[in-house]
Amino acid sequence: MDRLNVQDEISRNKFKSLVLVGIVFLSLIFLAYAIAQFYDPASAYLFVTVALIFSLLFTIFSYYYSDKIVLASVRARPANKKEHAYLVNVVEELALAAGISAPKIYVIDSDEINAFATGRNYEHGVICVTSGLMNILNRSELEGVIAHEMSHIKNYDVRFATLVAVMVGMIIIISDLFRRSLWFGGGRSRDRDNKGGGILQIVGLVFLILAPIFVKLIQLAISRKREYLADSNGAFLTRYPEGLASALEKIKKNNKGELKVSRAVASLFIANPFSAKKVAEMISTHPDIDSRIKKLRSM
Amino acid sequence: MIWILLALAVVIFLVVVSYINRIILLGNRVDNAWSQIDVQLKKRVDLVPNLVETVKGYMKHEKDAISAVTKARERMLGAKTDEDRLKANSQIAGALKTIFALAENYPNLKANENFMMLQEELSAVENKIAYSRQFYNDSILMYNNLVSTFPGVIFAGIIGKEKKKHLEITAEERKPVKVKF
Repeated sequence: MDRLNVQDEISRNKFKSLVLVGIVFLSLIFLAYAIAQFYDPASAYLFVTVALIFSLLFTIFSYYYSDKIVLASVRARPANKKEHAYLVNVVEELALAAGISAPKIYVIDSDEINAFATGRNYEHGVICVTSGLMNILNRSELEGVIAHEMSHIKNYDVRFATLVAVMVGMIIIISDLFRRSLWFGGGRSRDRDNKGGGILQIVGLVFLILAPIFVKLIQLAISRKREYLADSNGAFLTRYPEGLASALEKIKKNNKGELKVSRAVASLFIANPFSAKKVAEMISTHPDIDSRIKKLRSM
Repeated sequence: MIWILLALAVVIFLVVVSYINRIILLGNRVDNAWSQIDVQLKKRVDLVPNLVETVKGYMKHEKDAISAVTKARERMLGAKTDEDRLKANSQIAGALKTIFALAENYPNLKANENFMMLQEELSAVENKIAYSRQFYNDSILMYNNLVSTFPGVIFAGIIGKEKKKHLEITAEERKPVKVKF
């Protein structure tokens, strides 16, 4: 039964990754078209051609390098067996439990308790934890957290989530750039008075503003469910749900939201890296910790 | 008509191939899972002499406990069948637990860095054995379900594959470990 669920989840994640790549690819081209309509409709073909080449390169680059981009953006360093024997052992143990090759391990220097997994497949899995997590959690709690991350890798959640983080993160940055240039230097184009492209201009503009929000919403819709799923799959690996439950409790008590990471990668983490106040401002990317603990305890 | 028959033949062929491939794939996974357990068993056998060496100097009055570990290790090395190996393995596990429990009485030993390192490594190996057995049993369950239910059972018969045996917990393991002081 479990096998079927995992298999379903893997195909779903692979499919979702493909759809995401497709959406981003087309969005970029549409974006280029909208920008061209806004500034100079005559050069739309040029814009779209450039966008096509750019999107292609961007997609390939994202697929192969998104894990490295994420790791660099959180300033993580590789763990070594000498310094982190305990952590390395726990990761190797749970890789055996999951029946996949042991992922690479990275550490972020921070007093916060947090962790995430990334990578594109079993051979390129990565688990990254904060030094606070190693110092504060006991062994069964650490096992609980690592098992949760291992399930993300096993389910191919990491491929989709990492692609979302990098590709969507990139879209936010690009459309932000365009919006900024509109506020500061965009006045000129309005003088040109292009009636033909008027409607498209507005549509393009609306799309520009809505696109990041829209993709963000998709990301939010997924991440809540996948956290619950990884919680229960992780508990299935350790056969001990209490380990993760008590780790989540410590996360709730200890974390102050001081982990400095980009909003684009926040959804990858086991617990939201931002403080409750900030989370309320930007719509939570994570399910409520209390309800996760409750679910684990009722297993 | 001929085309319909031909299409039907192709579909049947594809189904047969996919089932047989799946049986072989899952069977390989079971074998691979077993070799993962074996790797850990060997690792533990290699670590034991180091532990004995470290402990000997401190635990002068615990000759029985130390020789129990050494004997269990020798039995493991001499084991011919997988079953023997597993039995010897649970003996090593029990003997090691006794050593670590006794070590609580020797503060100097407990503070020894080498000992602390070995204790971490050995308990990690113990967990790895447990987890790889868990995965082995899960894999076997999947494999057995496939080769014993319809229509997998037919294809398994064709290529001569049968159900595989689960790793049972031995009677020794089910007993709580007795620690003699």
